Amino acid sequence: MTLFVEQCLNGLQFGLLLFLLAAGLTLVFGIMDLVNLAHGSLYMLGAYFAATFTAWTGSFVFGAVLAIAATLLVGMAVEVIAMRRLYGRDHLDHVLGTFGLILFFDELVRLIWGPGGRSLAVPSWLNHSVAILPGIEYPAYRLAIIVVTLAVAAFLYVLVMRTRIGMLIRAGASNREMVGALGVNIKLLYTLIFGLGAALAGLAGLMQAPILTVQIGMGENILILAFVITVIGGIGSIRGAFVAALLVGFIDTMGRSFFPQLLGDLLGRQAASTAAPALSSMLIYILMAAILVVKPQGLFPAGSR
Amino acid sequence: MRTALLAAGAAVMLAATPAAAQQKSVKIGFVSTFSGPAAAIGNDMRNAFELALDHMGRKMGGLPVEVIYEDDSLKPEVGKQKTEKLIESDKVDFVSGYIWSNVVYASYKPIVDAKTFLVIANAGETRLAGENCSPYIFSTSWTNDQNPIAVADYMNAKGVKSVYLIGPNYAAGKENLGGFKSAYKGKVLGEDYTTWPSQLDFSAELAKAKAAKPEAVYMFYPGAAGVQFLNQYAQAGLKETIPLYTTFSIDSLSLPHQKDAAVGVISALEWTADFTNDTNTKFVGDFKKKFGSEPSFYAAQSYDAAMLIGSAVAGVKGNLSDKAAVQKALEKADFKSVRGDFKFGSNHYPTQNFYMQQVVKQGDAYTQKTIATAEKNVPNPHASKCSMK
Repeated sequence: MTLFVEQCLNGLQFGLLLFLLAAGLTLVFGIMDLVNLAHGSLYMLGAYFAATFTAWTGSFVFGAVLAIAATLLVGMAVEVIAMRRLYGRDHLDHVLGTFGLILFFDELVRLIWGPGGRSLAVPSWLNHSVAILPGIEYPAYRLAIIVVTLAVAAFLYVLVMRTRIGMLIRAGASNREMVGALGVNIKLLYTLIFGLGAALAGLAGLMQAPILTVQIGMGENILILAFVITVIGGIGSIRGAFVAALLVGFIDTMGRSFFPQLLGDLLGRQAASTAAPALSSMLIYILMAAILVVKPQGLFPAGSR
Repeated sequence: MRTALLAAGAAVMLAATPAAAQQKSVKIGFVSTFSGPAAAIGNDMRNAFELALDHMGRKMGGLPVEVIYEDDSLKPEVGKQKTEKLIESDKVDFVSGYIWSNVVYASYKPIVDAKTFLVIANAGETRLAGENCSPYIFSTSWTNDQNPIAVADYMNAKGVKSVYLIGPNYAAGKENLGGFKSAYKGKVLGEDYTTWPSQLDFSAELAKAKAAKPEAVYMFYPGAAGVQFLNQYAQAGLKETIPLYTTFSIDSLSLPHQKDAAVGVISALEWTADFTNDTNTKFVGDFKKKFGSEPSFYAAQSYDAAMLIGSAVAGVKGNLSDKAAVQKALEKADFKSVRGDFKFGSNHYPTQNFYMQQVVKQGDAYTQKTIATAEKNVPNPHASKCSMK
């Protein structure tokens, strides 16, 4: 039972973190119709910025705030310099262009920070375990991630559902041409949205940094999951991204923790230890395939509202 | 007519010169990982190999040495391509390097087929020591199961009664944890294999380990994953409650990132920087002077690989076309190793000692200290499966 509660929290934490990445991705994909493979690079930059700024200021919180601001600026600069050339083009051009950006950022990071990677320590005031329920200890830092990401999700909900910018974002996701035709400064809107997506990716990166190490290419593995979430949730839908991210987070964690045992009972321990890791990492993709069969547009298609 | 005479004369002269003079240089291919997160390991190996060449005056048996470094990108198929390129177009005399078991296992065949000598500097794929052993394959490291066996024996002696195992789901991970299980006498409460190399968050596995309440956890995560594992182990509050044992997951490259998370963790290796023999003192001292960091065990094994090749080339006086003689010279291992005495078993893997190390903090620096000799003169356990006797 203790284990189950703990794994639920792990799944929740992983899912919420994925949501931060997927939110930016789904906005850019839905509104600008742009496939941005370089989203993972912004995640990586957030982590590197946080490592550097934390070392400068001596405070994790200050470092994090500066890192988010820096990733926001980098995101907006990337939009103005590179992404604008890609709007309205074929998706293959997007993939080629943004893949080039991945290589560019990887090399840039290598030049600035060196190939060895950085480490960022968990702030000392979060480096302990908290008893959430009697007998259930959970790392305070992971708990903090859950709290921060929930706050960001609430902020995004208010931003998208209750503000004028949010209205434009929703309108843009449903029908881009019409929004432009109505005289909205679509260029500025695009830059802002891309910057927002970058900042969210940066936040995800910097919060992961103390758990993982800060290293070149750290965004690439997790980006695939973010794309899966975007597709499951429905392209352009923040709500869809939220639900899908939680689904993926839970299924991945639960699959890893209970699937091997389940399979072990069925197949015997030797076969299970070989097959289980492969099968449990396939679970998410099976989920994606199943959802796409039932709802080809994803769970919450943005255009249909 | 004149040119024809000259050409004939030249041909006669060429035929008359001894074979040794035809060999103008020694060509060595070195395959390792020079890109991505594991590049730090590859660079450390290259630095050590270069340092060894410097110590030999950049000559082997009087011949100049040319080393061609190739990046395997941590992918077996890339490593195989690069190896084939070294064999077919560069026509190297020796191939060395290899961090990863799956890479070397994908790559060894073209080397052996071309009757070229392979000197593995790290990867411990057991099949290359056993059923797929070859007169052309040598190793200056170990097989994946040897160090874990040493750790298991140590834990048996300490009376650790139960353990939980966590490792990556690829050749070396299986062989490593398998080796541990073969020697451990206590109870294995559970074992988890994680997706390699993409899975970096071990929260689910750590929660399971915690729930199983073992007396100790044994894990194997080389490179950057080792940093992540140790950090997460400490964050989960397990560091204070369950002692951690490992192999190959803590080295001088990862320790600066692991810091406090690694203090107290025990592992087993055939070499550490604190050995006091003359060769090692010189190696560690010059390495620090030249590259500004402490060498890792990857570096030490690469240094030995270069020295081994050097000794063999000198042993045959540069006549590398006599393969049988080169093999004999390699088998002699007539060089000064950083681990003291060095000798090969019948399957061309070292017969060597294993030592237990513990991470300690000295002032602001973190280092691995030898705390015990785990096993002395251990022959490679796969020699009996090898057809060479």
